[in-house]
Amino acid sequence: MWNWEYAIMILPEILKALKITVSATFVAFVVALVVGLMLTLARRSNFKPLSLFAGGFVGFVRSTPLLVQLYFIFYVLPEYGLSLTPFVAGVIGLGLHYSTYLAEVYRGGIESIPPGQWEAAKALNFSTLNTWKKIILPQSIPPVIPVMGNYLITMFKETPILSAITLVEIMQTAKMLGSHSFRYLEAFTIVGVLFLVLSYSSSLMVRRLEVRLNLR
Amino acid sequence: MWFDILPSFWEGTKITIELTLFSAVIAFFLAFAAGFGRLSKFRAVRLLSATYVEIFRGTSLFVQLFWIYFALPLFGIMLPKMVAGVLALSLNAGAYGSEIVRSTIISVPKGQTEAAIALNMTPWQRTRLVILPQALVMMLPPFGNLIIELLKGTALVSLITLSDLTFVATVLNSSIMRPTEIFSVLLIIYFVISLPFTRGIRWIEHRLSAGRY
Repeated sequence: MWNWEYAIMILPEILKALKITVSATFVAFVVALVVGLMLTLARRSNFKPLSLFAGGFVGFVRSTPLLVQLYFIFYVLPEYGLSLTPFVAGVIGLGLHYSTYLAEVYRGGIESIPPGQWEAAKALNFSTLNTWKKIILPQSIPPVIPVMGNYLITMFKETPILSAITLVEIMQTAKMLGSHSFRYLEAFTIVGVLFLVLSYSSSLMVRRLEVRLNLR
Repeated sequence: MWFDILPSFWEGTKITIELTLFSAVIAFFLAFAAGFGRLSKFRAVRLLSATYVEIFRGTSLFVQLFWIYFALPLFGIMLPKMVAGVLALSLNAGAYGSEIVRSTIISVPKGQTEAAIALNMTPWQRTRLVILPQALVMMLPPFGNLIIELLKGTALVSLITLSDLTFVATVLNSSIMRPTEIFSVLLIIYFVISLPFTRGIRWIEHRLSAGRY
């Protein structure tokens, strides 16, 4: 059944692909952080069409599957002359999908700021930009950092979906190894254990961070 | 062209909804079993439920589905696609659901339990008559969100060639090569299926907060 020799033989190749998985995770996370903040700000905008669009976008993206969104980006955009590599398409898809979740995280942080802070900024004649930059965001982001960390872990776990648009990350490598030898057990088990170990240990780290932030 | 594609989309939609409903029912039971299991007074039960939850939350549905469909046969367990799909979806959602069950039960104020003990209720009466009715109401919105996640997760079964909505769309796309129309319709269908749930959650949340402040 389980063949240790074979498992040890394929391990280096799977570990090599982990690099792609990790870099896709981080690039997508940056996309999600930036777009998420823009969505939150757009939703709070006084300009109705903009806030309606942001709200609709969040609702739509959150209730449709990431896999289908990736297909859309990867197969539809080339029809309009925008061909993307699997990595770029994957990072955009994953980033946009989770930006809608991070928008809620930012919103939670911003709404927890007491109204007195807004009033004080106004009384001190801060411009809108400065109010956000110097008063609101510096207070609303640190408390939600653990939640963001949890989404980083979630995104890491979701990267195997990018194999569906032919990105050769860890899952795709496992699939190829499996189809070569007709042995899927070792390759998929290694991938599963890797994800479990990495995501569980990082979630413990996030939990520690949460405790430390609560103490202050 | 629409006459050709809409009937096959309909077939796919039925499979997707079936998958969602079956998995939701099984996940619901798993969530309660594992959620109560983690609060059990027996160490072994707590450990067992925690292991289940951490394994299925620590890896993604994608990996679980592929493991069940492609790796289990090496142990001599060959599952039909539909069974493998429902199994992976419900085990995954059940793990997330157990956290909902656990956290809502913990969040029922302690005074409620103490009052029930003071009234000489048995542990079973305490749970059934005092704790659960309050916890269940709080569980409704997060369970609604879980069903939406489940619905989105069903798209992955297309990768083990179960003919759900997404699979139908990819097959159509490779035969008639109209990605714009096909994938737009696909996204809209998923959105429409999820609408009753998103609306329902909003309605329940509204009802729950009524009269609170």
